Amino acid sequence: MKGNEAIAEAAIQAGCRHYFGYPITPQTEIAAYMAKRMPKIGGTFLQAESEIAAINMVYGVSSTGKRVMTSSSSPGISLKGEGISYLAGCDLPALIVNCQRGGPGLGGIQPSQSDYFQATRGGGHGDYHMIVLAPDSVQEMAELTIRGFELADEYRMPSMILADGTIGQMMEPVSFDFEIKEMPEKPWTTTGTKMQRPHNIVNSLYLKPEVLEQKNFERYEKYAVICEKEQRAEEYLMDDAEIVVTAFGIAARVAKNAVNAARAEGIKAGMIRPVTVWPFPEKAFKKALGTAKQFISVELSMGQMIEDVKLATECRVPVSLCCRVGGMIPSPDQVYAAIREAAGKAGE
Amino acid sequence: MDYKRITLLSGHYGSGKTNIAVNMAEELRTMRERVAVADLDIVNPYFRTRDSEDELKEAGIRMIVSEYANSNLDIPALPQEMYALVDDRGLSSVVDVGGDDRGALALGRIAPAIREEQDYDMFLVVNLYRPLTPDPDAVLEVMAEIETASGLPFTGIINNSNLGAETSPEDVLRTVPAAEEIARRTGLPLVLTCAEKCVARELEGKVCNLFPMHLQKRPV
Repeated sequence: MKGNEAIAEAAIQAGCRHYFGYPITPQTEIAAYMAKRMPKIGGTFLQAESEIAAINMVYGVSSTGKRVMTSSSSPGISLKGEGISYLAGCDLPALIVNCQRGGPGLGGIQPSQSDYFQATRGGGHGDYHMIVLAPDSVQEMAELTIRGFELADEYRMPSMILADGTIGQMMEPVSFDFEIKEMPEKPWTTTGTKMQRPHNIVNSLYLKPEVLEQKNFERYEKYAVICEKEQRAEEYLMDDAEIVVTAFGIAARVAKNAVNAARAEGIKAGMIRPVTVWPFPEKAFKKALGTAKQFISVELSMGQMIEDVKLATECRVPVSLCCRVGGMIPSPDQVYAAIREAAGKAGE
Repeated sequence: MDYKRITLLSGHYGSGKTNIAVNMAEELRTMRERVAVADLDIVNPYFRTRDSEDELKEAGIRMIVSEYANSNLDIPALPQEMYALVDDRGLSSVVDVGGDDRGALALGRIAPAIREEQDYDMFLVVNLYRPLTPDPDAVLEVMAEIETASGLPFTGIINNSNLGAETSPEDVLRTVPAAEEIARRTGLPLVLTCAEKCVARELEGKVCNLFPMHLQKRPV
């Protein structure tokens, strides 16, 4: 199936029965799939009048404790930014899918990874983070969608699937053989007190700055736990890697071919593929410093993740960038050439 | 295969219509002088006939496709040359219709002329491994929606069930009973079973009306 369909089907299997969205290429298959399936399984599909309306419908359903999601592509995610900040400010779980396309502005409909900053730094206003998962295959689109719902519920915060137009559109066989965790108890929902308990209030407005400051402190204590426990990365041929290629999503599939070609030539190349881009998998990078002489960040952006690579490695070895943008994708040959250059074999 | 003057391919989006259209046009070109493949997809801006532009040109096949296909402009535009399909009766064509009933709407403009001429086939392309068309019931639902939208009744079924590059001969064989059930329930012939060339070689003698194909694109 298509990557976008894998997300939609996985969401349904994870128990999501509420989808609110607005069409935009290259993620519209998610909405189309939900429109077909939700009425047949007692769920709700609603095409909102705008992205802003859709994210606020997500806010409403999440307040009742139900699993809920929305999806869009880059310009649409910008529109959802305010609502995402409100979700974070209210400690509400929800899954947001960004199937990225080229930007800035209206940009284009071809794949991109240039919303990395927006996704990993928050995207909306205020001090907050989302858990951000970056699939590199249609199979992972399905798996990470399920994990995204689970993590959002476990930590009471929004999570995001940071995909791109390639993985959203491409077709691969998928196996839906997942163990799905039970949804945790949600004693905070606004589903009526039945005169049995005090009112629950879902709110991000705090009139006293001292209280708001305390809320922010608490949230960042939670983020510290997530950074410790939830980092995830694929480490490929990293045991003795001197040239460490790092890439997420579709860029990692291209980079892996280049790493294999370099290995065939005797170059000690390896790859770290962040699966969580927030929290950034710092531990894998720190471990790599044992053998690494240079890092190459392969991105479909002008160099965004490279900043996290430099932070994680504390700039102890050089970090270079290998990229294409505007909807273009680096070729394995381009990455291979960058690896050869880093290995001092450029002229050979 | 015996081709009518116009061969229309319709079905669920992602069922493989574009790939079959390109392969059919190439076969048709070995039988007729003037052949066109027309891409009337108004649903999906990706994976278009234009991906095969060079090989079609080389084979001497005219390509009728919106100039916006595979561009960054995502609008449901039809190619102005589409009227040649019905106006130029010396032209044989394979027409790749967009997915589902929404895609089939594009046929509305030329459907009356096609009906009147009565020299067409319209085939329902089925991939039973697609998530929304896993069984005959679901396929028949999509089929009814397309017939309503296009105003043209189907004349045959094409089984294109596959799992992309991972398809095994057994994967194809497993779908034959369901494809036959679709044919039986619709009263239409199962005109072709498609398979990638290497897979098709292993299916010879096991499947009737086998259509070996080359695939447009290889995965990354």
